[in-house]
Amino acid sequence: MIEKVLKGSPPFYIWLLSLGALVGLGATVYLFQLFLGLQVTGLSRDVSWGFYIAQFTYMVGVAASAVMLVLPTYFHHYKKFKKMIILGEFMAIGAVIVCMLFIVADMGQPQRVMNVILHPTPNSVMFWDMMVLSGYLVLNLLIGWVTLEAERHQVDPPKWIKPVIYLSIFWAFSIHTVTAFLYAGLPGRHYWLTAILAARFLASAFCSGPAILLLLCLLLRRLTGFDAGKEAIQTLTKIIAYAMGINIFFYLLEVFTAFYSGIPGHQHPFGALFGGGHGHPLWVTTWMWAAVVMAIVSFLLIAFPSTRDNNSILPFTLIMLVIASWIDKGLGMLIAGFTPNPFEGITVYAPSFAELTISLGIYAVGALVVSLLWKIALDVKKEAGTF
Amino acid sequence: MKKDRRQFLKVASLSFLGVAGSAALGPVCQAAAPGEGSFTTAKNALHAKKWGMVIDTRKFAENPELYNAVTTACHSYHNVPTIVENGMPSKREVKWIWTDGYHQTFTDQVDNYPSHEIEQRRYLMLCNHCENPACVRVCPTKATFRRKDGIVVMDYHRCIGCRYCMAGCPFGARSFNFMDPRDHIAQVNPTFPTRMRGVVEKCTFCSELLAVGKMPLCVEASDGAIAFGDLTDPESSVRKLLAENFTLRRKPTLGTEPSVYYIL
Repeated sequence: MIEKVLKGSPPFYIWLLSLGALVGLGATVYLFQLFLGLQVTGLSRDVSWGFYIAQFTYMVGVAASAVMLVLPTYFHHYKKFKKMIILGEFMAIGAVIVCMLFIVADMGQPQRVMNVILHPTPNSVMFWDMMVLSGYLVLNLLIGWVTLEAERHQVDPPKWIKPVIYLSIFWAFSIHTVTAFLYAGLPGRHYWLTAILAARFLASAFCSGPAILLLLCLLLRRLTGFDAGKEAIQTLTKIIAYAMGINIFFYLLEVFTAFYSGIPGHQHPFGALFGGGHGHPLWVTTWMWAAVVMAIVSFLLIAFPSTRDNNSILPFTLIMLVIASWIDKGLGMLIAGFTPNPFEGITVYAPSFAELTISLGIYAVGALVVSLLWKIALDVKKEAGTF
Repeated sequence: MKKDRRQFLKVASLSFLGVAGSAALGPVCQAAAPGEGSFTTAKNALHAKKWGMVIDTRKFAENPELYNAVTTACHSYHNVPTIVENGMPSKREVKWIWTDGYHQTFTDQVDNYPSHEIEQRRYLMLCNHCENPACVRVCPTKATFRRKDGIVVMDYHRCIGCRYCMAGCPFGARSFNFMDPRDHIAQVNPTFPTRMRGVVEKCTFCSELLAVGKMPLCVEASDGAIAFGDLTDPESSVRKLLAENFTLRRKPTLGTEPSVYYIL
């Protein structure tokens, strides 16, 4: 099936080349980071994780969100998702690869990454995160490839793949739970030390991931004419609506506990995010308030059927929702974990040019992987008459 | 049939290459393999079931020169780089032992009317060598580990620079080498290894000196203001001080059980 990538239209190759250029740019800047160290980033002694780890966290959610298509299809025999399910699985593959690259980009000694395997340490959540992410990658490659192969031959997928798919459903929940446990078990980081973090991560993943998938599907419809089906899209938007509602609800639970209890340590990170520090708003403050507005507006637009099923409003709703959830998890989450620092001070962090360029390169790798895999999937569908 | 023979030849030649290769490389690999571990403990090495430290902040307040004496003794011996930016300590600085104010050190002591004198004092901070260290719990490679005598140390060669320990440590005791530290050491002490960029480092309770019968450098430089000894021995200097004085530990409610105590 892999030969499908060899026969594409000129715009497809121009797209791949542009992505390749971005990858090259990111890789070049990464060489500087490799030789000069992480001083090229905006990180510091007090804010020791930043943009890379935040993007990793966000993309684990995107990877896990494929389960929002797989679960209804296989547990509830919801047939309407069958047509687009492969797109979700292939997007998960791209997302996991992006996650792994962000982890490597964040490491001070990336050539030692295999130490995690050579000296396995079950008491470290990071060890488990590496295990579940690699496992999820293998599962999705296997499931995606086998089911697509079956679709190509216009036969039912082999029986043995069913249990693998069921396993992947539980596995998807595990990858984001373990990622939340990276944070939720650390003493002294109040913003992270909360039992609801894994649940919040999952809720945020299950609205933002499908939203990204749906946006890409709408784009695909324009570019290639591939239609995921009206009912499938409407069902997916309902899933996004519920997940977004739960996501906002969970965040408000955090706010309640912090402010009703009145415990300063729990309030300070919220204060820093939404109010700034020492009387000055931080740059992230503006972003956080923008996220609040976009979260509320997008939720209202997707909650009501009249705006939800309106095809000209839906893309804007989804874009707002993705940006809002990205600011929450891809910026605020990490910054608030380190603000205030262990000395109750505020050390300002902002990603540097190098950090952003390397991140862009990594996202381009993900886009490249997804483009190639989706090309294969769509060409197979064309041949098999399931386009 | 033809195909089978070709396949056989392929496999056979590859196997031959493998055998020949390993035969040729065998001695090389053996020579490169680490030797059998053999080390002896020096006769005068200092031992304890659980090392601990008591810092008498009153003595430091009486003699403020001690702060500098203590931190310099540690940093110059351990090749800790001095990283400055525009004349100020960089936010990417490396430090093993340093001073800060009362509210920065004891963030749990949120007294609204603290004693003026106590609030004005400076306090030494260093790794607490916790009994239940979060940094050791989270490290994915066991690069940071707790010794039998309670000292939390690091293997700089195994550290992958993920900085999970820095997120885990609630005391801000750990520093990361954002750049090559060797460019920022005024005079290298050849008796102690320098580190490289991309790894985390912190105070070792001078485990390398305890091994040759010497007390930690900060203790030696403190003119009696810092006591160091076995926390499990009721007759030790540290236990006697703890019995006679009111002491604080940093963030005790987090359950990490710090081994550094402060007499106020």
